[in-house]
Amino acid sequence: MLRDQDRIFTNLYGLHDWRLSGARARGDWDDTKAILAKGRDWIIDEMKTSGLRGRGGAGFPTGMKWSFMPKEVGERPHYLVVNADEGEPGTCKDREIMRFDPHKLVEGCLVASFAMGAHAAYIYIRGEFVREAEHLQVAIDEAYAAGLIGKNACGSGWDFDLYVHRGGGAYVCGEETALIQSLEGKKGQPRLKPPFPAGVGLYGCPTTVNNVESIAVAPTILRRGGSWFGGLGRPKNSGTKLFCISGHVDRPCTVEEEMGIPLKELIEKHCGGVRGGWDNLLGIIPGGSSVPVLTKDICDTVLMDFDSLREVRSGLGTAAVIVMDKSTDIVRAITRLAKFYKHESCGQCTPCREGTGWMWRVMERMCVGNATVDEIDMLEEVSRQVEGHTICALGDAAAWPIQGLIRSFRPELERRIAEARANARAA
Amino acid sequence: MPKLTIDGREVEVEAGTTIMQAADLLGIEIPRFCYHERLAIAGNCRMCLVEVEKSPKPVASCAMPVGEGMVVKTDTPTVLKARKGVMEFLLINHPLDCPICDQGGECDLQDEAMAYGGDRGRYKEEKRAVKEKSYGPLVKPIMTRCIHCTRCVRFITDVAGVPELGGTFRGEHLEIGTYVEKALSSELSGNIIDLCPVGALTNKPYAFTARSWELKKTESIDVFDAVGANIRVDTRGNQVMRVIPRVNDDVNEEWLGDKSRFAVDGLLRQRLDRPYVRKDGKLVAVSWAEALAAVAGKLKSLEGGRIAALAGDMADAEAMVAAKDLFTKLGSANLDCRQDGARIGTGPRASYLFNTGIAGIEEADALLLIGTNPRKEAPVLNARIRKRYTKGKFPIASVGPRTNLTYKYQHLGAEAAVLAAIADGSHPFAATLKAAQKPMLVIGQGALARLDGDILLGLARKIAETCGLVKDGWNGFNVLHTAAARVGGLDLGFLPGSGGRDVEAILSGAEKGEIGLVYLLGADEIDTQRLGQAFVVYQGSHGDAGAHRADVILPGAAYTEKDATFVNTEGRVQQTRLAVFPPGEAKEDWKILRALAEQAGVDLGYNDLEGVRARLVAVNPVFAAEGPAAAAWGAFGAEGQPSSDPLESPIDNYYMTDPISRASQTMAECTATFVGCAHKRTGTNG
Amino acid sequence: MSSTTTDDSFQPASFAFSAENLAQAQATIAKYPAGRQRSAVMPLLDLAQRQEGWVSLAAMNVVAEMLDLAPIRVYEVATFYTMFNLKPVGKYHLQVCTNLPCMLRGSQEIVEACEAELGVGLGETTADGKFTLSEVECLGACVNAPVIWIGDDYYEDLSVESTKAIIAALKRGEDPKPGSQSGRQYSAPASGPTTLTTLAGGDA
Repeated sequence: MLRDQDRIFTNLYGLHDWRLSGARARGDWDDTKAILAKGRDWIIDEMKTSGLRGRGGAGFPTGMKWSFMPKEVGERPHYLVVNADEGEPGTCKDREIMRFDPHKLVEGCLVASFAMGAHAAYIYIRGEFVREAEHLQVAIDEAYAAGLIGKNACGSGWDFDLYVHRGGGAYVCGEETALIQSLEGKKGQPRLKPPFPAGVGLYGCPTTVNNVESIAVAPTILRRGGSWFGGLGRPKNSGTKLFCISGHVDRPCTVEEEMGIPLKELIEKHCGGVRGGWDNLLGIIPGGSSVPVLTKDICDTVLMDFDSLREVRSGLGTAAVIVMDKSTDIVRAITRLAKFYKHESCGQCTPCREGTGWMWRVMERMCVGNATVDEIDMLEEVSRQVEGHTICALGDAAAWPIQGLIRSFRPELERRIAEARANARAA
Repeated sequence: MPKLTIDGREVEVEAGTTIMQAADLLGIEIPRFCYHERLAIAGNCRMCLVEVEKSPKPVASCAMPVGEGMVVKTDTPTVLKARKGVMEFLLINHPLDCPICDQGGECDLQDEAMAYGGDRGRYKEEKRAVKEKSYGPLVKPIMTRCIHCTRCVRFITDVAGVPELGGTFRGEHLEIGTYVEKALSSELSGNIIDLCPVGALTNKPYAFTARSWELKKTESIDVFDAVGANIRVDTRGNQVMRVIPRVNDDVNEEWLGDKSRFAVDGLLRQRLDRPYVRKDGKLVAVSWAEALAAVAGKLKSLEGGRIAALAGDMADAEAMVAAKDLFTKLGSANLDCRQDGARIGTGPRASYLFNTGIAGIEEADALLLIGTNPRKEAPVLNARIRKRYTKGKFPIASVGPRTNLTYKYQHLGAEAAVLAAIADGSHPFAATLKAAQKPMLVIGQGALARLDGDILLGLARKIAETCGLVKDGWNGFNVLHTAAARVGGLDLGFLPGSGGRDVEAILSGAEKGEIGLVYLLGADEIDTQRLGQAFVVYQGSHGDAGAHRADVILPGAAYTEKDATFVNTEGRVQQTRLAVFPPGEAKEDWKILRALAEQAGVDLGYNDLEGVRARLVAVNPVFAAEGPAAAAWGAFGAEGQPSSDPLESPIDNYYMTDPISRASQTMAECTATFVGCAHKRTGTNG
Repeated sequence: MSSTTTDDSFQPASFAFSAENLAQAQATIAKYPAGRQRSAVMPLLDLAQRQEGWVSLAAMNVVAEMLDLAPIRVYEVATFYTMFNLKPVGKYHLQVCTNLPCMLRGSQEIVEACEAELGVGLGETTADGKFTLSEVECLGACVNAPVIWIGDDYYEDLSVESTKAIIAALKRGEDPKPGSQSGRQYSAPASGPTTLTTLAGGDA
């Protein structure tokens, strides 16, 4: 088990002062100038050494992402945009960072922006997080007042401005190009790539979009060294990670753990186990609503990291673990997710606009068995017609839970259809 | 230049080309709905997916730039499956109302469904329906049919520059429209009908009147302004059913102004379909012979100096040359094709042309507008200015009306004194023009059709000369005409000859009784009260102002009813084609004049269309030119003190400018919708 | 869902920001680079909603004018993002998350409790105009499910009883305490943290 000394988010539960003095006492803003003095290349190399993979879901190496920004700042300014549009069902980790450890994020914004040649950063926080945005703003104001950001931030000679921008209620804005569109004052409809944000991003300028957690862990990594972080977890799946365990466990919680922790251990150690015991487990969605559900036999042994979960045809995603015990109506559960994706589709791409609604409606019928067995195959096909055919990954995210359901729980779907038929005949 | 392979065929294209464009070059067809070569790329319909080697997902070919060594496949099972999938999604919420849809027969969705659609639907859920809306008198929305390609939104926003359409709500509730019900106020709104790949946006006046396969299509030229947009006239029997644009990148690209598209119902109304002679104060229908004899008799009874002819704004070159020849041979030099009194046409050809060319606007890097509102006077040309504007680094200033031109510009005032200041270099915009590589100015009829028009023309020439608008390989001096007939008339010298009277002198002569006969060749934009006691002959197509005053009416042909030559504002010679026959006893115009000449004992020297066209070339070789040739520069305009009257646009109501549009019910509706409330609108973002 | 074309009787004729909000709007616009004022469209709509409780057409038009935007561009934004109320809502807007993590922890019963206590269904407003009940998508507080969002606060770890108590308090005009209704420490396990027990926390 991860030692407390190796935990980054030491005020995860808000037991301590979240403001500047408390943050400083926990080590934040400790000689940040010295970090900046080591230069951009050192920072990026250290991030690469740490093996940190993006904590927003896709798991792209953060150091490499930073290195994609143009080396020299040309006519167009560079921007860092922090994705705090946390909305993937099951996920509630960035919320804790922003309300209880906001200075980690603010400091992270400074070092990341410095490393990418950005003099300004925007934190795009979901609109519903009103209180979290307030904490963040207080932290930013404190940092300005203390000379930590603003002109000559931390005495480094680097000017840096940081702003909070609140969203308006659209899950799709968690997609980086939709987020940029939204920040520009437009509808959150994802843009075509290429061009990529590192070339043409916010206001047409080079931009990197990073998740809150990815940015907030950066100062600690740089202080303790990339190899410290890289030494935790497994190769290519290194470091610590915030896990959010919700659903049918005795004590749902958010907890920072080592990457690669066994799923079962995570639940039993921190959540008091599955409600009614491990054997009462039906299935687990291990990485937020977009990844396919795992059946119990896989949950018994799977490790919680990117590659382990990919091997079992699911994903780590945001490490939001949604636990379902045997009382769960699994078809109803996946139908709820289908409704969510239908609700959140931005509407621009044909397959997603039309397919998410179609899939949801068929799922509603599947819930009550008002369908034919052929339609299970049709539903699978429709999900394949959506998957991979849209500008952004929301189409994929809508397709995968349904594919996972059919893959793992097809007999349940067939049973309901048969039962509905029998009831109809009897009536 | 990157080289790539598409379906095993190698092609080398310019960097920045998309896969779709490269495939088009090879003649490999890729289906599409949202993509349109003249609009920004949206990439949303997903119909154009192709496989690219090493790419894990199919790629939208409309948006993906080619890369060196790229291997693209457009005909694999994966691609076919992707397209069939997209097609199925497009159809699940699309109504099956093709039999009552005006798009039927010319519908992209119908066509592609033949290739990629299934033979039965698998969608058993309820279909989406969208509430009925109104976008005003011209465009009929049936948004239940909409496939959300956003072509209309991109056109109205980017090309027309009148952002009134958008996509509201999201996901399956995404709705294309105005949100708050309103009539689309762009003069280019009809183009979204052509752009819409389905029947969501159709031609409202044309609704349910014809099926596309019943129509005979005739390629022709528009005459509602001086742009000369290339059009196709669709007819059934002897009736024009609709007009749509044809592609001509040099002129109108593929756009058309709303008046040019929708005024065609005016071709059926107020028509002069037989000759009339006024007897005892009343117009009485008579035979051609009697009408011509009446006119010929009157012509012969008057000496040349007492007869005059005015050519209207839609007069064709053939008719004008015949009229000029007739009047010249009758000893009259009283000719004018400038019924608005524009003080132009006596200098070199460059003094009255849009020398830069419409396409040339795209090369310019600074623009000064003088006495013009191009949005109303030539909407398609205005779209070209906007196109250049959206590319940036294009300072625009205007001396004239302060109005919404669809792009930002500096309003320098409305008084001519500003022009003098630019000409002498004391105004800051002179420096802007001088700093530009290819500066241009556009002077409109609002500056020219006034008593000091020649002075303003002179000032414009001075600006052109002192600010570097005219140089080797570039002529930035431009006149924007509003009349389709005008440049042709000027090229033919349909102007007062030696000792002859211009329009003002003709009218004052008629008032005083010095002019005994005025021949109005489709001229309706004059004050007919001033014709006094003169014997008035009106030759034309519509019972408008001129016909009401006429003593003899000779029924002519509208532009859709004759093979006739027009020269656009750039000096481009183009021909209309006979799409339907003139109604009743009406005739092609030059033939009427030819017959009249015979009655009057004058031999014009030509008896057929070839003959009259040869005569055009003999009068001015430009009529034989292919495309506009660079016109030589020279002295023109006058010196003097311009008046302090503000410069205005000649067009108040875009929708009614001529006998045809004034006869159009559709244009009357537009007038009521858009002009009736004009004083309430505050379109002054200058 | 549709545009306001048919029934717009509830739309006010005009809208104006209060002096205080106008100043805040100007400060917000200044957060973005020159010429990028469009970025302020959501903050300004939010400000209008805070002032009026919802976003009227008149408010959208005022925002469009302030940002030099075509009104349709503002309509697009206001209708795309679900936080903007396009119709008046009650003083208390109860938005119940029913997404999967909340559903697994009993959000259906929470919805039913709200409906019973308020006498309205989802998407409806009470006759006295005081309460609006809505269903909302994931609020991002899943380990504290089920959750209701009221005003600017989350009410978490709800039971039917605590939900009823919150509504009763609101009806009395009180401000019920937001956050976990079961009394646990934010997102820590209900029995107390299993981590971070060996560190000094840096309390000032």
